[in-house]
Amino acid sequence: MNKIKSLDDLRKMKQSLEHGMNIREKSNSPESLVQIRVAMATCGIAAGARTIMNTLIEKIEKEKIPAVVTQGGCMGYCYAEPTLEVRVPGKDPVVFGNVDTQVAIDILDKYVLNGELLDGIIPTNYLTINEQK
Amino acid sequence: MAQYKMHLLVCAGTGCRASQSDEIIVNLKEEIKKQGLESDAQVVATGCFGFCEKGPIVKILPDNTFYTQVKPEDCAEIISEHVLKGRRVNRLLYEDPETLKHIEDSKHMGFYQKQLRISLRNCGFIDPENIDEYIARDGYAAIGKILTEMTQSEAIDEIKKSGLRGRGGGGFPTGLKWEIASKNKADQKYVVCNADEGDPGAFMDRSILEGDPHSIIEAMAICGYCIGASKGLVYIRAEYPLAIKRLQIAIEQAREYGLLGEAILGTDFAFDIELKFGAGAFVCGEETALIHSMEGHRGEPTVKPPFPAEKGYLGKPTNVNNVETFASVPAIFLKGASWFASIGTEKSKGTKVFALAGKINNVGLIEVPMGITLREVIFEIGGGIKNGKKFKAVQTGGPSGGCLTEKHLDTPIDFDNLLAAGSMMGSGGMIVMDEDDCMVSVAKFYLEFTVEESCGKCAPCRIGNKRLHEILEKICAGKGTEDDLTYLGNLSLVIKDTSLCGLGQTSPNPVLSTLEHFHDEYLSHVRERVCVAGMCKALKLYTIISDKCTGCTACIRACPVNAITGEKRQPHVIDVDKCIRCGACYDKCKFTAIHVQ
Repeated sequence: MNKIKSLDDLRKMKQSLEHGMNIREKSNSPESLVQIRVAMATCGIAAGARTIMNTLIEKIEKEKIPAVVTQGGCMGYCYAEPTLEVRVPGKDPVVFGNVDTQVAIDILDKYVLNGELLDGIIPTNYLTINEQK
Repeated sequence: MAQYKMHLLVCAGTGCRASQSDEIIVNLKEEIKKQGLESDAQVVATGCFGFCEKGPIVKILPDNTFYTQVKPEDCAEIISEHVLKGRRVNRLLYEDPETLKHIEDSKHMGFYQKQLRISLRNCGFIDPENIDEYIARDGYAAIGKILTEMTQSEAIDEIKKSGLRGRGGGGFPTGLKWEIASKNKADQKYVVCNADEGDPGAFMDRSILEGDPHSIIEAMAICGYCIGASKGLVYIRAEYPLAIKRLQIAIEQAREYGLLGEAILGTDFAFDIELKFGAGAFVCGEETALIHSMEGHRGEPTVKPPFPAEKGYLGKPTNVNNVETFASVPAIFLKGASWFASIGTEKSKGTKVFALAGKINNVGLIEVPMGITLREVIFEIGGGIKNGKKFKAVQTGGPSGGCLTEKHLDTPIDFDNLLAAGSMMGSGGMIVMDEDDCMVSVAKFYLEFTVEESCGKCAPCRIGNKRLHEILEKICAGKGTEDDLTYLGNLSLVIKDTSLCGLGQTSPNPVLSTLEHFHDEYLSHVRERVCVAGMCKALKLYTIISDKCTGCTACIRACPVNAITGEKRQPHVIDVDKCIRCGACYDKCKFTAIHVQ
């Protein structure tokens, strides 16, 4: 282990370390972040959801996008896997179907960062069990 | 640090370890390996989450899923369902005691919603045995800022402005304490961290040391810089082995990084920390007794002045602060004194950690802003009284505090309000009592503790408390008189006025406060010889209702002292003089024919 010789050293060290703690910091305030849920049931994984999830996480980390990626179970849109549910604070959740790596990147660039809608939105006509009163 | 998609935080505090959280950590790691998810999920052993009632806790981030009472054999399911497929394991989720619904994540749990965690900011969030995680959360940035940008008096002013008061019990302003120590000139000064937590039911200091030891090291170094000390000592009881181990690891890591030792962060400031072990005596929480114990003498208090700030450890100026006080210090420098001062009430700033215990649904460790009401703490965070019983009283401040009742429920909690209500903040133990608790017995319990723990140096505490305890025993045995009550009150006041140290000066508080708030209960003990709560055995009267008795002889056979007589198929009779009130007959009777008064 190297000694930390100055406050600058400490700050640099913090910067290189905070990366690993990002997920934890973000989960402290999930309401204020864009929440992206990747459907990761068997059908989703088979259709490539894991790659999509990795792409999202890498891009979010690299560009410091205020979003957090979580896994969800099957949403029932097996015909449209891989699917993502994107929840921008203050807006209704939007579900995107048939997502591939490029679409995932577009979703972040266009929808999450600029609020533009993209093709491939699955109209929501259901309530999740969490929303049912 | 590697980038994981999921962090599985497992509580590795003393409480959860007692229910196999060590094994859970091993199993989770193995299962992750087995399913090939090593690069996706990370298992982190953290400090206490505070929700000890339902331990062991496994919290999964980023979705904040909060699994309770996890067993080692549940690990495979957690990994294959939650981590691999994103499906929560419902049976392990926390169930709201009122609605009986599963609550998915900690953000929606009543237990956490009203909390504000400053001293506990890293507990249950970082791995306490990994200094990198502490640094990633701005650890050691406060000492860095102070060493490079602030003079000693500026730093002390910051603490004074924050309004921080000692969390160990007395509530003395921390900034003022530091200032006095800094003004006393000497070739060597000492910073002492008081980790001799002794109140029954209080475990906040232990949890902080187990969950976030680096914050204490950093704060002690800050204090060292402010008062001009290069040596720090942690006085910790030997019965906290895990806290000691984690603290030792943390000190070692800080030394390796050069954050303890000579020339810290390239400045000419030097500071190092040594541990001193105590044998677990309550009186050693008193600072003069603590210092004597560290010096190798008997743990007995001495008269103040001289205060430790003047003549403390080895006769040198010494500043003693409690663990929780130190834990808030780095946060004050990082976020600013005005931020800290904006939380709380006029004279009590910031937050306080409380250990909730007793007849309450959510037993555990909480941190709340000063000024919150007892009602919010007990009914919202604590989830109300167990088994739907009625709230009777809450004891704050441990053996030095007093009982507060229903009418205090809406009083904002802070140092001064609690004192005014006849109790005290103390170290933050909060023991909740319901209708089945006899207040005379409660007072007796605390006196038993003080009698045990009194060092015996001064007569009022040594003899006075013993007498108090005897009278309480007499009342509980049904032999008390009304004169005894007057005597109890008078003797209590004498002990308070004449004892040498804080132990004796506060030990009669449980008696005085119960005498005041539950006078009727004392009266019924001595006048009617009745214990309303049914706790005082000697005051119970067992009789047989002859209409209900079938003469089965079950009670006759159960009675250990042959106090019950009667023929088969004839109603039996209990000889009241022989009866020892053990209740064996009551438990045995199938026809509810035994009446208890």
